[in-house]
Amino acid sequence: MERQNLEAGWLLGSFWSLLLGALVVSTLKGPQQLLALDLGSENASWEPEEVPGNESSEHTFFSLDYQHVQVPFEITLWIMLASLAKIGFHLYNKLPSVVPESCLLIFVGLIMGGIIYGLNDKSPPVMDSDVFFLYLLPPIVLDAGYFMPSRPFFENIGTILLYAVVGTIVNVVGIGFSLYGICQVKAFHLQDISLLHNLLFGSLIAAVDPVAVLSVFEEIHVNEKLHILVFGESLLNDAVTVVLYKLLRSFCEMSTIKTVDVFAGIGKFFVVAIGGVLVGLIFGMTAAFTTRFTKNIRVIEPLFVFLYSYLSYLTAEMFHLSGIVAIIACAMGMKRYVEANISLKSHTTVKYFMKMWSSVSDTLIFIFLGVSTIGDNHEWNWAYICFTIVFCLLWRALGVLVLTFFVNRLHVNTVTSKDQFIIAYGGLRGAICFSLVFLLPDFPRKKLFIAATTVIILFTVFVQGMTIRPLVELLDVKRKRESAPTVGEQIHMRFLDHLLAGIEDICGHWGQYYWKDKFEYFNSKYLQKFLLREYSQPKSSIVLLYEKLERKHAIELVEAGQLIHTPSHASLLDSRKSAGMVKIVDGLNSDVLENIQKILARNLYKIRRTVPAYNRHTLPGETGTEEQAKEILILRHRSLRLQMNKSDLAHSGKEKDDSYSGHDDSSSKYKLCRSLTVRDPEKEPCVKYNRSKSACIILPLQAACAERVKKEETEKNTPSEMPWFPINDS
Amino acid sequence: MLIMVDSKYSNIVLGYNDELIWKHLKHLCLQTVTSEQIEHLHRRFKQLSGDQPTIRKEHFDNIPDLEFNPIRSKIVHAFFDKRNLRQESDGLADEINFEDFLTIMSYFRPIEMNMNEEQLDHFRKEKLKFLFHMYDSDHDGKITLQEYRNVVEELLSGNPHLEKESARSIADGAMMEAASICVGQMEPDQVYEGITFEDFLKMWQGIDIETKMHVRFLNMETIAQCH
Repeated sequence: MERQNLEAGWLLGSFWSLLLGALVVSTLKGPQQLLALDLGSENASWEPEEVPGNESSEHTFFSLDYQHVQVPFEITLWIMLASLAKIGFHLYNKLPSVVPESCLLIFVGLIMGGIIYGLNDKSPPVMDSDVFFLYLLPPIVLDAGYFMPSRPFFENIGTILLYAVVGTIVNVVGIGFSLYGICQVKAFHLQDISLLHNLLFGSLIAAVDPVAVLSVFEEIHVNEKLHILVFGESLLNDAVTVVLYKLLRSFCEMSTIKTVDVFAGIGKFFVVAIGGVLVGLIFGMTAAFTTRFTKNIRVIEPLFVFLYSYLSYLTAEMFHLSGIVAIIACAMGMKRYVEANISLKSHTTVKYFMKMWSSVSDTLIFIFLGVSTIGDNHEWNWAYICFTIVFCLLWRALGVLVLTFFVNRLHVNTVTSKDQFIIAYGGLRGAICFSLVFLLPDFPRKKLFIAATTVIILFTVFVQGMTIRPLVELLDVKRKRESAPTVGEQIHMRFLDHLLAGIEDICGHWGQYYWKDKFEYFNSKYLQKFLLREYSQPKSSIVLLYEKLERKHAIELVEAGQLIHTPSHASLLDSRKSAGMVKIVDGLNSDVLENIQKILARNLYKIRRTVPAYNRHTLPGETGTEEQAKEILILRHRSLRLQMNKSDLAHSGKEKDDSYSGHDDSSSKYKLCRSLTVRDPEKEPCVKYNRSKSACIILPLQAACAERVKKEETEKNTPSEMPWFPINDS
Repeated sequence: MLIMVDSKYSNIVLGYNDELIWKHLKHLCLQTVTSEQIEHLHRRFKQLSGDQPTIRKEHFDNIPDLEFNPIRSKIVHAFFDKRNLRQESDGLADEINFEDFLTIMSYFRPIEMNMNEEQLDHFRKEKLKFLFHMYDSDHDGKITLQEYRNVVEELLSGNPHLEKESARSIADGAMMEAASICVGQMEPDQVYEGITFEDFLKMWQGIDIETKMHVRFLNMETIAQCH
């Protein structure tokens, strides 16, 4: 492994240097001048041109036209370099655990910037703010919003909003005034920076950056609540940052500032925030509505998700509303309806593309950050920069402390002191600050601000990013539970929700559960009818989760050829037990019950797995009968697979409808299942309760197999040897 | 401040100084409830019962929002469940008075800051016992598969087009999970009867019910507590 890694490292490194060289060359002016190929004409091309009267019109077999492809070529090269660097990090397993990826990427960017600067003797390309805000930021925020777990988010929304809005304002004002205080000290030569400028600087440096937070917190796996708090805050404080920054910038240009302007600013905040949410929701609902009609063109379904989200972002930016809030609202709003409407493949595509784009953006941002650091747009002033760092940390800690104090008074679910430390320490600044500082109007001290911002970002990402993991371990923060919620837990949580809503209704007092229930009611009555394609079978999250689990089980089974006791199997015996033999079961002791189960198991040996109902959940200690059943199933499975492959080739290119709801097939499946059961006479009395519709509906895989099975049956006519996937049981 | 208590102390108008009765009410595990909250609940009680001293099941039909609650019957049932009312007998009461109403509401009081380990444990067990009684409808001390199915069916009854069989399969799956959590690896011949209260406790270990199972209303006055 080590040797492989080393070899891969060398290969990668050499390839990477080559590409870097190409990039450096391309950034130099007029690459064509460097090349010795003189082709006798400006626009060299492949075809030999007929130039009348020109003796030296040679046939050009090899020519170079770089201008033609320059822009896309450079972009691709950058992305390629960034991604190769990323591969490089992960070759050495220990590295990402010690140094977060963002640090490494900035480091790589620094190197590249240094090389370009050294060769070019001028500043390397600085990341254009437009490029950042319009192209690089939206994918990351969309990814964050789409995969945000909505339940903990809304449970903690009060706290998140408090931190985001009040916390940011406190930070801005605090940092601004403190720095102004520092500027008054004569020794630092900073008197020309006015209060307004300090406040402006404070507004752009105070905001916690979602990109940086995401990349660091991903690796430390704190518990869900903490993650949601910091992350939600970093996303939502964009609204405040946008308003404050724009407000203060416009103040800079105005000669006098009246109180009315301040109030206008506060009003603007509400407009920005609520407007952003509205825009996002409108686009989200439209997206959900559009996907209702995409049944026949499954291929472009993922496109709608991305198009609508991006449109919402751009529209919000157009109206100077908060684009980040809009895109989050869009993603969260459309998620549940779109997922129900689009096919499974489209769903997977959406998820993967989102992850891919956000990963690319993330990488590019950090590399550019590193590259842009090198250059001569910095002015250094020790005092200002050091105090900025100090005040950032200080005010963040203060803000978190005070706000948490209030939060803990109002809520029962307290934020512990360890959590508080992590929230305060996890307030990383990132590329948003950087872009905002470049957007500042030109004034004498701008370069100082740029330098300060750069230092802050580097400090938070490197120092705080690297030390947060050991600190988390040191403080023993409650780590995230690795397992996803089980079916049982979902049931319980749902039960609790309804219970609390009911109790609140009885008490006659409103609470958070009231709103949740009201929304669910509104949803099921109106929204679902409008936005879901197949309203005929709305699925609750429990059912979806259950289907997902069953599908996962089925896939594992198919791949491993092993028997897994699926839940549906449990109902088989018990339904028979309870429905058919109620009298006997009542008042039975366990021995008799076991006997009955054994008898049943033996009788059903040939058609299904023999283990009685919910006695086990895995396969240890297989009995002889089980082995045989297993073998039969494996053989069957193999032959079915071959058949399926053959028939797949026979099918034309039309994509199979394999969405969660397989309604079209359901009726045929019902008949299918029943016919299979009916056919076997010896199972007749026992079998009546066996065919449960649910198992038939859920798995298209099983439908395909079952169809093949049916065909086989008609061919072979061996009812006793019925191939029976455990999945089919119920 | 007056408190009118329509219970066995029917038509007694209490002055604020009536320590004994006040203490009795507080003793119903309602240490964190203030007089305003008791008053509010009492008003609500009177509204529900139509100024009668007791409430019957029919009175709960007057709450319009409760209609949409899928587990409505279980909730109402829980109010009349004698096990929840801390009475020694079993079965269902026909009617409850204000004291019983308060007893049920006490299960939903929020966690206090100054509870020690033992109190917390008792607190948690109380709430989980309440939930357990809701699941276990036939009062036999175990949640059988049928009862679990019943719960899931009710939960999913909001979707009229969902097949009953799906609900059953889900319940079966959950039951198997419960079996695996509670008993672990079982012998092939072992039968899992049902979820007992100890198993139920195990299942809820991951969920912090102390913080989740409280009605926000009961939280409002924590700053201005009586005692």
